[in-house]
Amino acid sequence: MTDALNVATTDVGEAPETSRSDWQSDQEVRWCPGCGDYSVLTAIQLLLPELGVRRENTVFISGIGCAARFPYYMDTYGVHTIHGRSPAFATGLAMARPDLDIWVIGGDGDMLSIGGNHLIHALRRNINLNILLINNQIYGLTKGQYSPTSETGKVTKSSPMGATPRPFNPVSVALGAEASFVARTHDMDRKHMQETFRRAYLHDGAAFVEVYQNCNVFNDGAFGAITKKDARDDMLIDLIHGEPIRFGTEGERGVARREGGVQIVDLADVGEDAILVHDELLTDPSTAFSLSRLAEGPHTPTPIGVFRACKRDEYGRAVADQIANVTASRGKGDLSALLRSLPTWEV
Amino acid sequence: MTDTAAPPDAVSVDKVIIRFAGDSGDGMQLTGDRFTSASALFGNDLATLPEYPAEIRAPAGSLAGVSAFQVQVSDHDIMTPGDAPDVLVAMNPAALKSDLHMLVPGGTLIVNADAFDERNLVKAGYETNPLDGSDLDGYMLITAPMTSLTKEVCKDLGVKPRDAERSKNFFALGLVSWMYSRPTEPTMEWIDTKFAGRDLIIAANKAAYRAGHAFGETAEIGHQRVVVPAAPQQPGTYTNINGNTALAWGLVAAGELSGLPVFLGSYPITPATDILHELSKHKSFGVTTFQAEDEIAAVGSALGASYGGYLGVTTTSGPGVALKSETISLAVSLELPLVIVDIQRGGPSTGLPTKTEAADLLMAMYGRHGEAPLPVVAACTPADCFDVAIEAARIALTYHTPVILLSDGYLANGSEPWRLPEVDSLAPIPVEFATEFNHTNADGEPEYWPFLRDENLVRPLAPPGTPGLMHRIGGIEKQDGSGNVSYDTENHGHMVAVRAERISQIEVPDVEVIGHPEADVLVVGWGSTWGAITGGVRRVVNAGHKVAQVHLTHLNPFPKNLGEVLARHKTVLVPEMNLGQLAKMIRAEYLVDAQAIGKVTGQPFTAGEIEQVTLGALDD
Repeated sequence: MTDALNVATTDVGEAPETSRSDWQSDQEVRWCPGCGDYSVLTAIQLLLPELGVRRENTVFISGIGCAARFPYYMDTYGVHTIHGRSPAFATGLAMARPDLDIWVIGGDGDMLSIGGNHLIHALRRNINLNILLINNQIYGLTKGQYSPTSETGKVTKSSPMGATPRPFNPVSVALGAEASFVARTHDMDRKHMQETFRRAYLHDGAAFVEVYQNCNVFNDGAFGAITKKDARDDMLIDLIHGEPIRFGTEGERGVARREGGVQIVDLADVGEDAILVHDELLTDPSTAFSLSRLAEGPHTPTPIGVFRACKRDEYGRAVADQIANVTASRGKGDLSALLRSLPTWEV
Repeated sequence: MTDTAAPPDAVSVDKVIIRFAGDSGDGMQLTGDRFTSASALFGNDLATLPEYPAEIRAPAGSLAGVSAFQVQVSDHDIMTPGDAPDVLVAMNPAALKSDLHMLVPGGTLIVNADAFDERNLVKAGYETNPLDGSDLDGYMLITAPMTSLTKEVCKDLGVKPRDAERSKNFFALGLVSWMYSRPTEPTMEWIDTKFAGRDLIIAANKAAYRAGHAFGETAEIGHQRVVVPAAPQQPGTYTNINGNTALAWGLVAAGELSGLPVFLGSYPITPATDILHELSKHKSFGVTTFQAEDEIAAVGSALGASYGGYLGVTTTSGPGVALKSETISLAVSLELPLVIVDIQRGGPSTGLPTKTEAADLLMAMYGRHGEAPLPVVAACTPADCFDVAIEAARIALTYHTPVILLSDGYLANGSEPWRLPEVDSLAPIPVEFATEFNHTNADGEPEYWPFLRDENLVRPLAPPGTPGLMHRIGGIEKQDGSGNVSYDTENHGHMVAVRAERISQIEVPDVEVIGHPEADVLVVGWGSTWGAITGGVRRVVNAGHKVAQVHLTHLNPFPKNLGEVLARHKTVLVPEMNLGQLAKMIRAEYLVDAQAIGKVTGQPFTAGEIEQVTLGALDD
């Protein structure tokens, strides 16, 4: 398309093999010791070598917050932008450069409060971004205020008598925006994170992943009731495409339809045939939305995994196709002809 | 040029100012635009001032709903749409009531008599019909039953009376075109193209135009037929262009000249939206347009595209610039190219969205947090928007900085004949991205430092996808050179100074002094005041006085010779469509007692106003 910008069109063949250390930048990682962000970083740095992608074609874009420091620690391209605006910046980059793999990383305040508008519109458009929302239900960088995902009644420095608003459920928000890929994972299970991130990477369009992340300084144990090793069997409902949705040490509980949604049931009461088989491909988001409403908060059985992964036109390609089609039918633009496209006269 | 032979009975005048006024549903903008185009094709010089209400459909017949289009056509070089109209076309009582005071004494007043019924008179606040009394005796009044005559000629065409009524603006156009000897053919051709496929509308509009034309010819309206001969113009190909179209084309041209694809991130806002409309048509130039969810995403996406190696542009008006300011500061910090276009309108807040003002200069200069300097340029005529768009892109791409381009509602919608440049004559904008390491670390290993500057303090740009040059940038202060995050206080002081210095040393052309270089009075202008100032100063000079004038395209940095020019004159006048923003900058920068001449009525200056203040200053 252009003379000056030729990096996008260079055919460089297969990506060289890389290892975890190739993806680590020379910058010292500066999260609090014990922060859940370390395990997210590790999961990404272990995953990328497996994906066989090029470092120069990989970009991390973030806003503001603890999680938003992520790009500095990756030996890839990266931009640490401003609060809430990473999906907007990344959308422009993705439209300009469909050849890149773009990861957008931010926290619950960044993406659901100040940047909520950009998030829902990026999801609505289905632009090719891998969006990781690192949810710790607190403002960490500003040292502990309630966030849009903090539970009602949460006592923080800015809510000494308890927070009064109702929280967002990020998966519900994403499904409400009709995101084509919506998943949830948590920082205590690197393998699950890695597999969920892989699915996000492989998805064509906007992929949204909520990561439950422990802020051990300002909101320690927010997800402990469901993510602790000994609690997981009973509290995490693993969604697997094509399989009945069951959980519990013996798989003795499951999810079944009820009027207007889904509910948790005991297999003993309803029988195996009543258990809902998970279908992430459904274009109608209603069942996925009902699944996202199963838990009132991260203290009752909570679904994780891929809620929805359906096919929809990717926005950047749709825009690029229009440009290509118009150029093919009309020929490449001619500036001299453009200047003469209104009525002209000669003197 | 078509049909330039004047009718033998016509008297020749050197210029005429015509104002078409009516209800917003009466099609006055279209009527004025057609008259303008026919005059442009005839070879006149011209300048236009479209004025329309902010409401899409204000109550019909109300004063709030009056929409007007003023055009000056002349046989010589003119700068403005004129001080006071010689001819007022009033399609209803509200238009007469709101605009009559502008008409010159003895001027020609053309009214649609059919619209002066009880209901419309009450809506306009008339107790008695002004057409009946003696109130209009000081004008040459021409009344025409435009609505009924239009319905009459459309009857046989099978057009419904309601639809026929809509064509009455073509009756007015036909009448005025007859009076001023405008060629008919261009308008007939235009109707065919514009309404292609809607044969009844084509027939109705043509019939109404011809009826108006015939009315002039046959009715004894007492008006001598007039011709404004073609203006002497430099040889070349001309088109009639408005500011927003010229600006959009300038951005397309900047893409071609730099070899970079253009990315426009924009959110609809009056009076900037037409640039988004125009650029959306030009995909075959590789132009990507993105209608974002809000102003912040519009600039954010443009900056993201710039980071990806595109020419990132965002277009808006004042309220949008306010919303974008945090991202513009990020662009300052990241040192990425970006063009921010502000089509100014009356403010603050929603203000007067459809009226002009130029009160965003200080916001463009200083409206950001921290020390965040950036270059500011302003267009001075509709056609100049083309050149200034290229200039803004040139600065952005040469110096890797966001640039604010100021235009305003008057330039955006106003039009003038434009001698088209030869594309080959436009200077290329060289752009070179980094492809290699530029530094060696302590271990002797080559690496890429994103903030290692050249002799102009410009950092290299390596868009993602460039092998080997992976790096991170961000809004946090960075170490000069390596670009690594740095909270070092000395380094921050250094970076603030470097960011200021690199903008202040950008090369811009010297200002050119027009008029007498040693005159006591210097008139300094910027933006769309150029036409009125030039016209006003010319009148004062023609009256035998010594006056000098300079006009600033570059507002940051100022041209290097500006201080010396200012020092040569005893009195410095700064007319601007605000309360004295450039005057304040000049006083601060040069310790010169610049006098602010403000106008903030939503209307551009007239040459007459500039003439008066200049003469006043000469007397002092």
